[in-house]
Amino acid sequence: MELLSFGDTGWGDELFFATLMTIAVSIGAMAIGFLFALIFTPLKLSKNKTLNIIGNCYTTIIRGVPELLVIYLLFFGGTGAAMYVASIFGYDGYIEINAFITGALAIGIISGAYSTEVFRGAILSIDKGQFEASKVLGLKKNIQFYKVILPQMLRLSIPNLSNVWQITLKDTSLISVTGLVEIMRQSYIAAGSTRDPLFFYSVAAVLYLILTFLSMKIINKLEVRYNKGF
Amino acid sequence: MISIFPSLLNGAFITLKLLVSSMFFGLLIGLLFAILRINKNPIINKFAYGYSYFFRGTPLLVQLYLIYYGLANIEFLRNSFLWVIIREPYWCAIIAFSLNTGAYTSEILRSAFQTIKEGYIEAAQSLGVTKKITFYKIQIPIAIKQSLPAYGNEIILMLKGTSLASVITIMDLMGEARKVNVLTFKPFEAFITAGIIYLFLTFIIHNIVKYLEKKYGFQT
Repeated sequence: MELLSFGDTGWGDELFFATLMTIAVSIGAMAIGFLFALIFTPLKLSKNKTLNIIGNCYTTIIRGVPELLVIYLLFFGGTGAAMYVASIFGYDGYIEINAFITGALAIGIISGAYSTEVFRGAILSIDKGQFEASKVLGLKKNIQFYKVILPQMLRLSIPNLSNVWQITLKDTSLISVTGLVEIMRQSYIAAGSTRDPLFFYSVAAVLYLILTFLSMKIINKLEVRYNKGF
Repeated sequence: MISIFPSLLNGAFITLKLLVSSMFFGLLIGLLFAILRINKNPIINKFAYGYSYFFRGTPLLVQLYLIYYGLANIEFLRNSFLWVIIREPYWCAIIAFSLNTGAYTSEILRSAFQTIKEGYIEAAQSLGVTKKITFYKIQIPIAIKQSLPAYGNEIILMLKGTSLASVITIMDLMGEARKVNVLTFKPFEAFITAGIIYLFLTFIIHNIVKYLEKKYGFQT
């Protein structure tokens, strides 16, 4: 147990900050995912063929390739691309993109694909009458969306978004391969320097279980709250 | 682009081998735990629930590391005959993947078992079919048919999951792509080619499952 103590002798504080890092990356990734979903959901629902294909390509490709591949592509490719752009402007040094940003972006792109599907499903399951009624009432197009469709869409997507959140939370463990010190990376370091991988990976597993358990509790509360009137 | 293709295809072959063997063991584990989950005994029930909660609540990478690095730490395992298995990264990967997909499969099958209409079982009972035969000949086939769509998703998730084998030195498709990237410093070529192969595999699996659904799909 002294391995988990806080301070210089134990790994408690390191693991604690690593857990905060995991939470931060997950929230960042989820937020980036929402941005992607807000762009691609309208594309997927659009009547325009080309826009439709663009939206479908995004979700199909991202959900069809391993998460690790997206992360590697961004991590290795991103550095190269940034250096190439910099070399045009006459800078030839090595550029390292922040691991946090790359990681959150990579996981965000992935969770965005899942969120897009969730939002699309939610909008499709809103009763047709709601669209018609808001049209009949003479509401403008954007007010229709913001005041009628969006609130219902969010309520309907909470249960599925909770799944996306769990997937995102677990996917952040993959960012450890790029060197960002989150739970997985920290346990890897601790396991390497104490030669006790069994213990530290078990701790990592428990930390992830606590995170998923707590987030389930919070999301269930939200679900109850937003379903009050139904 | 063409020169890296053969090595990537070799990797894809290993990916498929990992996928098929872990899906096979995972299905067995999943079926076993689904049966335990619907058992009325609370201890057996809770045990099966705990299993699926652990494996669904933690990242696959943690499970892989626990088995690959963690198990080797236990003295008596190192001295037992099991050491032959757990010292090989390939077998560790299969164990981790099977246990992981087993947990998800057990949930899929459990919900399928629970949605079987009472009428089928009652009909079997009124025909004088014994409980055991009802279970093997009616409940299990219906559950498997009903869970085909969800199981198809699980296969694709697992295909993506096998890419993690590359972090424990297995040269699967992902591992080969990483090697190409390190050797040539051409990340885009390596990873995009690998991505296309992964997409192709996903596409094939998706269509096979769709075909099976059409052929054996069960409408209630």
